[in-house]
Amino acid sequence: MEIPYTVSTRPDTGLWNAKIGIWLFLASEVMLFGALFSAYIFLRIDAAPGTWPHGLLNVPVGTMNTAILILSSVTVVLAWAALKMRRYRAYWWYMLATISCGVIFLVVKLGYEWPQKFEHFGVFIKPDALAKYEQYLGNERRIEKGLEPRIEITGHLHSQNAKEYEVALDPVNADPDNPSMDRPHFLPLPVTDKIATIEKADVQRATMFLPTHSAYFASYFTITGLHGLHVLGGVIVFIYMWLPVSKKLYQRNPEHLANRVEVSGLFWHFVDLVWIFVFPLFYLL
Amino acid sequence: MNNPPDVTQDPKEYEEYAHGVHQHVMRYVMVGVTLLVFTGITVALSYVDFGARKANVAVAMLVATLKAGLVAAIFMHLAAEKRLIYRILIFTGFFVLGLFWLIFLAWYDYPIFH
Repeated sequence: MEIPYTVSTRPDTGLWNAKIGIWLFLASEVMLFGALFSAYIFLRIDAAPGTWPHGLLNVPVGTMNTAILILSSVTVVLAWAALKMRRYRAYWWYMLATISCGVIFLVVKLGYEWPQKFEHFGVFIKPDALAKYEQYLGNERRIEKGLEPRIEITGHLHSQNAKEYEVALDPVNADPDNPSMDRPHFLPLPVTDKIATIEKADVQRATMFLPTHSAYFASYFTITGLHGLHVLGGVIVFIYMWLPVSKKLYQRNPEHLANRVEVSGLFWHFVDLVWIFVFPLFYLL
Repeated sequence: MNNPPDVTQDPKEYEEYAHGVHQHVMRYVMVGVTLLVFTGITVALSYVDFGARKANVAVAMLVATLKAGLVAAIFMHLAAEKRLIYRILIFTGFFVLGLFWLIFLAWYDYPIFH
C-alpha cells in the first residue's frame, strides 16, 4: 500500500502530510521543553541566596558546541537544497557534515562536559559555621558590596575520613577576596593545590556535581539530557537518510527524499532552537 | 497513487527551479553566519555588568529570542508557510505563554520579593 500525499499536496490542507505531522509533533515538543523551562524559572526565582551557582560550566566548550549545532543547522538546510537541485553527491556530503556535527556535539557533552562535573565536589556549610570558613568564602567583603553570600566550598575531593573532608580548592575559594572572582571567568580556571580541611560536623551536605547537588544541576542534567536525546534521535534519522537505502528512494522519487530531509531538518532546527536558550541560561547567567 | 512523477523530468522547468533554490542557499549561509556572530555577542554581553543579574538575564534572553526567531523564520521556513501551520502554532503559543504566566503568578506568593 502506498502512503498518500508524501509529495503532492492534500487538497483540503494545502500541504503534504508529513509536513503537518512534524509541525504537530514540534508543537508538542514546545510544550515539553516549555514545561521544563518554566520549572527552571520557578526553581531559580525561588532559590535561597547563594544556592544558585554561577560559572560552574565550561563556557568556551559550551560556545563551541553552540557553534557546532548552528553549523549543522546550516548544513542540513544545504543538504535539502542540494536534493531540490538534484545534486545527490552534494547532498551526501552535507548530510555527512550534519551527522558529524551531531556526533561531535554528543561526544563533547557526554564524553567531556558531564564526566568533568561528576568529578567535581561541593560542600555546603551550615549557616552557623559559615564564619569559621571565612578564609575560603570571603563573605564579609561580599556582604559589604551587597553580593549574595557564598555558602559552598568547591573543588576536588582530596581525601576524607570519619570527621573531615580535604578539598583541593577551586580558585574562587582559594582566593575569595579577589574581586575578579565575583564574576565567572570565560576560561575555566583549574583547581588549585591549596587544600582546605572541612569538618563534617559543619557540613550541611556534600556531593559531587550530580543532579542531587542542587536544583541548578538537577535542571541542567534534565534539560541537557533530554536535549541530548533529541540530538541522538536526529543523528539516527539522518544516518538512515544518508545510507544507500535512501539513494534507492532518490532514484525512484527524489522529491520524496527531499521532503523527508525537510521534515527531519525541521526537527533538527527545533533542537538547535532549544539549545539557543539552554546555552545562556545554564552557561552564562 | 498521489505522488506525481519526478518534477525534474522537464529540463526547462528544472533550470528555473534550481536557480530559485540556489538563491535561497546564499540566504541560509548568511543566516548561519549571523547566528554565529550573535552567539559571540551573547557570550561577550554576559561578561558586561548591566547593574543587576536580572538585567543580564533580560539582555541574554532578548538576543536568544532574536536568534531563535531567525532559525524559525528562515531555516524552518516560517516566514512564508501555509495557513494551517500558523493555526497550529497559534495554539502552541497560547498554551506555552499560559504555562509561563502560571510562573509569573507565583511571584505573588512572596510578600517581600527576595
